Amino acid sequence: MEFFVQQIAAGLTSGAIYACVALGLVMIYVSTDHINFAQGEMAMFATYLAWAMIDAGVPYWAAFGLTVLIAFSGGVFIQRVVLKPLEHAPVLALVVCFIALLSIFNAIAGMIWSYTIKQFPTPFPARDVFGNGLVSVQQLGVVAVTMVMLAILTVFFRYTTLGLAMRAAAQNPVSARLMGVRVSWMLALGWGLAAGIGAIAGMLVAPIVFLDPNMMTGILVYGFAGALVGGIGNPMGAVAGGFIVGVLENLVGSYVIGNELKLSFALVIVIGVLLLKPAGLFGRIIVRRV
Amino acid sequence: MGAIFFWIGMALLPLIGFASDSTSFDYYMFMGQSMLIYAIAVLGLNLLIGFNGQISLGHSAFFALGAYTTAILMGFAGVPYWATIPVAAAVCFMAGLLFGFPALKLEGHYLALATFTLAIAMPQLLKYKAIAGWTGGVGGLLLDKPDPPAWTGLSPDQFLYYLCLGIAALLFWLVRNLLRGRSGLALMAVRDHAMAASTMGIDLAGTKTIAFGISAGITGVAGALSAITVAYVAPDSFTLQLSISFLVGLVVGGIASLPGCLVGGAFIVLVQNSAQSISDWMKDTFALRYDVPAWAIYGVLLLALMYVLPAGIAGGAARLRLFVSTRIWGASK
Repeated sequence: MEFFVQQIAAGLTSGAIYACVALGLVMIYVSTDHINFAQGEMAMFATYLAWAMIDAGVPYWAAFGLTVLIAFSGGVFIQRVVLKPLEHAPVLALVVCFIALLSIFNAIAGMIWSYTIKQFPTPFPARDVFGNGLVSVQQLGVVAVTMVMLAILTVFFRYTTLGLAMRAAAQNPVSARLMGVRVSWMLALGWGLAAGIGAIAGMLVAPIVFLDPNMMTGILVYGFAGALVGGIGNPMGAVAGGFIVGVLENLVGSYVIGNELKLSFALVIVIGVLLLKPAGLFGRIIVRRV
Repeated sequence: MGAIFFWIGMALLPLIGFASDSTSFDYYMFMGQSMLIYAIAVLGLNLLIGFNGQISLGHSAFFALGAYTTAILMGFAGVPYWATIPVAAAVCFMAGLLFGFPALKLEGHYLALATFTLAIAMPQLLKYKAIAGWTGGVGGLLLDKPDPPAWTGLSPDQFLYYLCLGIAALLFWLVRNLLRGRSGLALMAVRDHAMAASTMGIDLAGTKTIAFGISAGITGVAGALSAITVAYVAPDSFTLQLSISFLVGLVVGGIASLPGCLVGGAFIVLVQNSAQSISDWMKDTFALRYDVPAWAIYGVLLLALMYVLPAGIAGGAARLRLFVSTRIWGASK
């Protein structure tokens, strides 16, 4: 039983991180209909920036905030400079473009910081919440940060004019433009938010998996799985999906297939969801006029 | 007609090396093999992406499957190398069909996503303990390079070059014929306008699944050849990066162009081989502090091509030819 509870707690922790990655993917998907394959590498790169700042003596939370800001501007920049010219390009051109970004970020991180594994500091003390070895403060902290972020995003999208404008731009770009919303900039803002959320995910996961240029590859796949389970057009669903996938992964990993096939399990989830319930658990089924 | 001259030229090319009697000649032969192998893999991918409009980032998995099929047959069953190639093609064709079946429901980004996951999961799957007796686990499998028949008088690498060349020529010829026939037109009709195609009586599901199968089969042959020529297979050579290099070859050579596949195959090998010198040159020219990794070059190149030359080198050449023939020659008349 104790082992079971530990597995659930560990599952929720990784679930929180998958939820962040999934949330980043959803941000870009709802505003542009694109699936950003470079999401993981962007997060990894931001995490390296945070590491470099902390290494240079910046306090943890200052580095955390700065990194999120830099990642946000970086996301806006990428959308304006790299993707804007391809707004009406076919899907293949966009997929190639995302793959190119993925390679560039990975290669540059390896070039500047080398491929050796680095330790990333955690702001949470290394002790248990209840003192009985079940749930650590680290795990609780990761889940709490995700929840706070989700709350902020919900308030932003529900109660601010800017959030409303972003939703309008995503749902009906033509009408939104006619109402004076600068749709193209809203997309850039969506990219900025996605990059910022990704940076948070990277900084949360780095103390657990250690920092190296390939650390996000597997996590990105789980983020995809989470986003799909929850419905890729639905932020709340993506978070729920992330948690579901995290817990499932840990339980299936420790009781059924062992740790070596975890990525194949993600493959099964991705294909299974796409086949059986493409809209996900909480997504809307989109009827397209032909 | 031009194609025949090209293949004859490729067959005669090693004669220069025979005459020069240089020691590094076998190395060039090996490079030639790799270029042809990559060209075949890109051909498989191009059939799917360029001519059928289905995006796959998972062809490294089919390449791996072909390579492991050959390696296991050669290593454990003692099957001669040439007999493993059709088996690898058949196995990958079946795997492609199986994967193509769920892929039917997926389009564009979703298909890219599912195949992306496949590419990432593959190395881990190959390392799995339960099948390590067959796959050699993390360490992979070592093979013997096949000996050329005595009457040819060729070294192993020269012989393998001709093996790759023959198979590449055969596959390009088959694909060319496929694309010229009814099935090829159906493939392209599905890509250009699925609904119109189905109104014309084309079986969308069947066409797409078969296209996935054939594409995987061709890439599997490339994998089999790579196992034979490198004489070694290991899980970590079949990562997402391999899929990305196929994609680079496809985009550089030209989407939906057969000669472009050969250009792409050659390009991949040239960049991989000269990555160090390109990096040194860039360090000197731009006074950089760091080595420039090949993947950064690939990435920047992919981006740049999407902007300036979306049809790749083959498409650019065609445009240049058109420009020359209409403007320059046309004006002088």
